[in-house]
Amino acid sequence: MAIIEIQNLRKTFRSGDVDVHALAGVDLRVKKGEFLAVVGKSGSGKSTLFHVLGGLTPPTSGTVKIDGKELTAMDETGRTRLRRESVGFVFQKYNLLPTLTVRDNLEIARDISGVKGPWGAQFLDVIRILGIEEKMERKPRQLSGGEQQRVAIARAIVNQPAILLADEPTGNLDTENSDLVLGLLQHLNKKFGQTVLMITHDPEAAAFADRTVQMRDGLLHSA
Amino acid sequence: MVYKLVYENLKHRPVRTLLSALAIGLGVTMMLTLVGLGEGMMEDQATRARGVGADLVVRAPGSSVVGMGSLSMNQRILDYVRSQPHVVLATPIGVHSTGGVSSIMGVNFEEFSAMGGGFKFREGGKFADQGEVIIDDLYAREKHLKVGSKLNTMNRDWRVAGVFASGKLGRVMIPLTLLQELASANAKITMIYVKLDDSSQTQAVIDGLKKQLPEYPIYAMEELIKQFSVSNLPELKAFIGVVVALSVLFGFLVVFLAMYTAVLERTREIGILKALGAGPGYVLGILLRETVLLAVIGSAAGILMSYGTRWLISTFIPASFVQAIVYSWWPIAAAITLGSAVLGVLYPALKAAKQDALDSLSYD
Repeated sequence: MAIIEIQNLRKTFRSGDVDVHALAGVDLRVKKGEFLAVVGKSGSGKSTLFHVLGGLTPPTSGTVKIDGKELTAMDETGRTRLRRESVGFVFQKYNLLPTLTVRDNLEIARDISGVKGPWGAQFLDVIRILGIEEKMERKPRQLSGGEQQRVAIARAIVNQPAILLADEPTGNLDTENSDLVLGLLQHLNKKFGQTVLMITHDPEAAAFADRTVQMRDGLLHSA
Repeated sequence: MVYKLVYENLKHRPVRTLLSALAIGLGVTMMLTLVGLGEGMMEDQATRARGVGADLVVRAPGSSVVGMGSLSMNQRILDYVRSQPHVVLATPIGVHSTGGVSSIMGVNFEEFSAMGGGFKFREGGKFADQGEVIIDDLYAREKHLKVGSKLNTMNRDWRVAGVFASGKLGRVMIPLTLLQELASANAKITMIYVKLDDSSQTQAVIDGLKKQLPEYPIYAMEELIKQFSVSNLPELKAFIGVVVALSVLFGFLVVFLAMYTAVLERTREIGILKALGAGPGYVLGILLRETVLLAVIGSAAGILMSYGTRWLISTFIPASFVQAIVYSWWPIAAAITLGSAVLGVLYPALKAAKQDALDSLSYD
């Protein structure tokens, strides 16, 4: 069963007097529980694909279905709901809220989604696997880059989204922490069946995925 | 959770939070101080009028009920007042403005003392000759005077003969005849205080006087004291209106600036919240709550600072101004402040709510 279905997806930006075709007709199917890596050079369109799939920007044309929801027809309110209910993000720059503790960074994601009550057993397991259970009362500035990225992963899946989108999740990390974070994404994918779509320019990072596709000039090619 | 975020945001920039709250509080202090001055001055005037010990007062035609007045009434009226049934004592008072809110009062010392049970002198005693004044203790404190000190007013030097407990109509007193001479207003007085043998006859005496003196405002003391209200001072009410408007503008600008800066500074964080699925209402709610909290802290600070202004006034200028603490204005000032703060946050908050998630996340 496909959790992401993309057909002829196009995204065009206006840059001065020129139209830039960041996505030039992308077709893609991602199965539920799959770990997919999208690799490509800078400017190939992979980040634009990440933004469209995450509902951060609307597509120009084409069809995008995420967990059965048609994204192309969504307005800003619909895309906000999609981000709240179906997508979890992991960014290169971690993007944790600096004034909140680790616990509160996780709680605010639940609060936005309207989730109340104690954390479930599965999420407590995730916390343990990510190795951040001792860091709960710390603020992001008191954590290393690797620790911050592990908190960001926890936040991304706290509401059990249909897909986890990771944009260069190891871009700011050293090799040791990169391997640790990628190993954790792989582990979460295998243990909990979490669908992961990872954008990366690094073939070594892509090796952690089940499948890799390559983006070039706004089009996807099998790796 | 939102309240925690709001609290942490305010805590994250303590100096800005403190300065914003204090600036918001200044508006509250301005309002409470001005209203307090109005009420305090009226209360003080009422206390001092009550301290005379009279049953009724006859004032000059056209004089303001709450003002002290001037030497404009013919002293011959005094004989007519004295001739009325039940009148046991009628004493003339002369008032001459010495600039601003200060005035000097001319009295017939013995009559004035007899009416109100006498002066309670803290030090010294009555004026003995034409170069002496008596002053109340608040005036002595404000001007750093004591018995024997020199006081210059009405273009001449006076020797302080006595310092009496405040609450006796005037703060600086000299003999009435001397005041009339110095003010070139011979046989002119400002008002007549009247003591009756039976207070229950006050209205009857007033009615009798009004038959012969229809143009003269004549009040029973309790009636006069009730008139000492800010609502009878249209100029003050207008001034309070101006200060309220300024406070609204001040609060609006402070919050606008503080929250506009905060929104700019937190562009990326707003982007994070939006990426997590926060809608415009959620972002708006955070900033509104933050503003309401700032306004509440500011209002509390403003109320506290109004105690500070009262202390300053009662310490340094106790004779010139009296500030009351007007509790009924606390919620009014706080509501006005809250309203202006909410107006101030509207534009920054709407700007934040409409911010594009992707643009915000790209902001450094």
